[in-house]
Amino acid sequence: MSAPVTQVGVGDRVPLVDGIEKVRGVAKYTADLAAEGALVGRILRSPYSHAELLDVDISKAEALPGVIAVITGKDAPIPYGIVPIAQNEYPLAQEKVRYRGEPIAAVAAVDEATAEAALDLIELTVRELPGYYNAAASRAADAVLLHDNKPGNIERDVHSTFGDVEVGFAEADLVAEDVFHCEEVTHAHMEPHAAIAEYDPQRDHLTFHSVTQVPYYVHLMLAQCMDMNKSRIRVIKPFVGGGFGARTETLNFELVCGILARAAKGRVRMVLTREETFLTHRGRPAADITLKLGLSKTGRITAVKAEMEQYGGAYGGYGIVTILYAGALLNALYDIPAVQYDGYRVYTNTPPCGAMRGHGTVDMRHAFDTMLNRMARQLGLDPIEVRRANLLKAPTETLNGLQVTSYGLPETLDWVEQASGWKDRKGKMPKGRGLGIGCSHFVSGAAKPVQWTGQPDAVVNLKLDFDGGITILTGAADIGQGSSTVVAQIVAEVMGLDHSRLRVISNDSALTPRDMGSYSSRVTYMVGNATLDAAEKLKARLIRAAAKALETEPENIECAGETYRVANSQDQGIPFDKVVQTALIDHGAITERGTFTVPKSFQGGKHRGGAVGSTMGFSYASQVVEVSVDEETGEITVEKVWVSHDCGYPINPLAVEGQVQGAIWMGMGQAMMEETRFHEGLPLHANFLDYSFPTIMDSPDIEVHIVESMDPNGPFGAKEASEGGLAGFLPALAEAVSEAIGCDINDMPLTPDRILDALTKQRRAEKRRKAKA
Amino acid sequence: MASIIGLTINGRKQEHLIPDAMLLVDFLRDKLGLTGTKKGCDGGECGACTVLVDGKQRLGCMTLAKSVAGKTVETIESVGPHGRLSRLQTAFHEKLGTQCGFCTPGMIMAAESLLRDNPDPDEDEIRTALSGNLCRCTGYVKIIESVQAAIAAGEVGK
Repeated sequence: MSAPVTQVGVGDRVPLVDGIEKVRGVAKYTADLAAEGALVGRILRSPYSHAELLDVDISKAEALPGVIAVITGKDAPIPYGIVPIAQNEYPLAQEKVRYRGEPIAAVAAVDEATAEAALDLIELTVRELPGYYNAAASRAADAVLLHDNKPGNIERDVHSTFGDVEVGFAEADLVAEDVFHCEEVTHAHMEPHAAIAEYDPQRDHLTFHSVTQVPYYVHLMLAQCMDMNKSRIRVIKPFVGGGFGARTETLNFELVCGILARAAKGRVRMVLTREETFLTHRGRPAADITLKLGLSKTGRITAVKAEMEQYGGAYGGYGIVTILYAGALLNALYDIPAVQYDGYRVYTNTPPCGAMRGHGTVDMRHAFDTMLNRMARQLGLDPIEVRRANLLKAPTETLNGLQVTSYGLPETLDWVEQASGWKDRKGKMPKGRGLGIGCSHFVSGAAKPVQWTGQPDAVVNLKLDFDGGITILTGAADIGQGSSTVVAQIVAEVMGLDHSRLRVISNDSALTPRDMGSYSSRVTYMVGNATLDAAEKLKARLIRAAAKALETEPENIECAGETYRVANSQDQGIPFDKVVQTALIDHGAITERGTFTVPKSFQGGKHRGGAVGSTMGFSYASQVVEVSVDEETGEITVEKVWVSHDCGYPINPLAVEGQVQGAIWMGMGQAMMEETRFHEGLPLHANFLDYSFPTIMDSPDIEVHIVESMDPNGPFGAKEASEGGLAGFLPALAEAVSEAIGCDINDMPLTPDRILDALTKQRRAEKRRKAKA
Repeated sequence: MASIIGLTINGRKQEHLIPDAMLLVDFLRDKLGLTGTKKGCDGGECGACTVLVDGKQRLGCMTLAKSVAGKTVETIESVGPHGRLSRLQTAFHEKLGTQCGFCTPGMIMAAESLLRDNPDPDEDEIRTALSGNLCRCTGYVKIIESVQAAIAAGEVGK
């Protein structure tokens, strides 16, 4: 019995191609992999926030029976980092430790108890230094430098001005300036970090499994830090339990695991605790924002001046990119004639920050759209109309050289306005209830990779052999977002084949072509286009084969599903298997390669850092959030969210909905409750109880609408769907809460404490006002 | 230090030598290779290790393995026998109640427990039953839809 042919092409609601493994519980994540005889790897972490490391004595640990290897910074002398010009982190600390939780040494032992006992036997001699936990403390004149080559403890300051800001403010009818603070948040993906490194001492080969979103970058950094030729390393990504940006750079434990396996001359399995996973961090930094905005009385934006300080943690990581993103993406959402940005990425004695969903854009978007909402109120304008007064017209180039080629923001506004009943309800909500709006956008893949190689941005191989099955070989890292499903849909669509003929093999450096991985929402756009290219080439090859078999010209061949026939003839045609057999004659197994390269014209402005924020396609989203607020407890309930997202074209509408809902909800977590907390650098949040994010009890219905703006360069018109909606939640919530309780709060998250504080201040102000009157 | 206990796991009666301090989740994963039961936290925070003990949902990380002596344990691997997916598994797959999949086994086991007790729960009852199971991908919208679809599809556990 043959399986029924189902609709599985582009535009269909296709369940994940690897979903059955997930619901059956047979999907193997890194910690689930069989690792017979593996040693247990454990890391000794710094109990100090900031200290000179004078001595690490491992002699007692090495002498403990059952300990196979102990390594320290001496075994890891080569730095690493995602940004080639900012590599200042080591797998294990060198002369200094800069945050509590920083890896200092590691042990490979026969079992966990022995490994833990060995860690206890390692003796540290240190000289403690003062710790700095916010930007102001780090930037104080007398502060000790975390890194000697970074004066003022500033990793990077960026300054840019486009257009004439002063003229813009002079022309404005209303100018407002305010200060915002957003707390640090973290990804809290459900799967704790884990890696398995297997070192073959006879061949000097390393086979490495990890939880990464970027196996290629892990491969590069393993080679660099272990001083091994890349050809001796094989990196495999199994199923990965979420990432959200946490795993978009090589992480310290991965390098430690590799070095430890070589030292132990064998296989090391390292599964981090949830606490260690929190300490590994790379989340969204705390930020102080000063924003000045000019508006005409019709709501036209005349100028913006923004300053941001990010508390970046102890090492460079993605820091330069994050601080640049915050400024660059002030542009490309609305039409703004003048933009000034000053950004400061500051070192602090806390776990290093990194990329997190909506990278760099979220806190700035909160400040900007919140201010826009408040100024609209002051001017007596509808905030949706204010946005309509500032729309871009695609295609266009922004002041800072970003290309906007498709722009569905107007349609997203129309839908949320209508669906939420905005016109009839906004400003008329009963006491304790409110509606708010926010807009946001994001890139569909960074146009310029952080590491330049001259290679295409994406390569996909399609293998077709005697069995008539097509194996899609891709380095795109599916971390649950559904990238494997998208590439399968594209091949199914172009080839006119059912998924039963397709297999996706992803992320094994020995088999799959290099791919930069899953970050900056690049996969559907770039890998999708490469897949499209490969599938079209394969299809053309099969059409040529069919033409040969049918003794006609390729242009006469038409395909109906698996049947290839001569168009406009009585010919019965030949089945797919026969076409494949013909194609293989004299050639053998076919590997068709598809590529995609972002043209230079999309790679941003010529100014320093101008490449950050550049992309071939921006996604756009609007959302309306409805809340009720309990004035006794300060608790917010999000009653409903209406979100409309312009993803160009939904290759998989089911997955688009899921991604948009997940993004909005993650924005809700940041806006309502999520924050990391430290006491003098000691994390107080490193578990799911203290770092609370919304449970199913706190989570509203999120109604998703998709706008199809048909991007001219995206595969089938598609753009990203996973990140663009997140940022808009914060200002939408702030505005809704403002309507509900009658006062504005600048800081995030809007915890009950902050709500009650604001209400208390409001009551006191009211009393004073009455007393005066 | 250790004791031999008898129990039924996924329909099979078994005897095992179990150290006193061993957690059920570690026993299932490390001794029996039943890695569908996940460890997402350091104890009692996330629900990823939810299994059924005598038909009721339990956290494998908060249960000593020896304490289930004589009892019946069901893990995700036992759901949907004879090569079929259960209604819940089908619904979580088709309605995208799973994204990264890491919380999914625990989520399905918690929902399974609910539906055995209450074949027709309303949305509040679904939320309450799954309130100890964290998910970071879906925002829970499609998880609720998945459970509702499974209810609409009929017989539970089949």
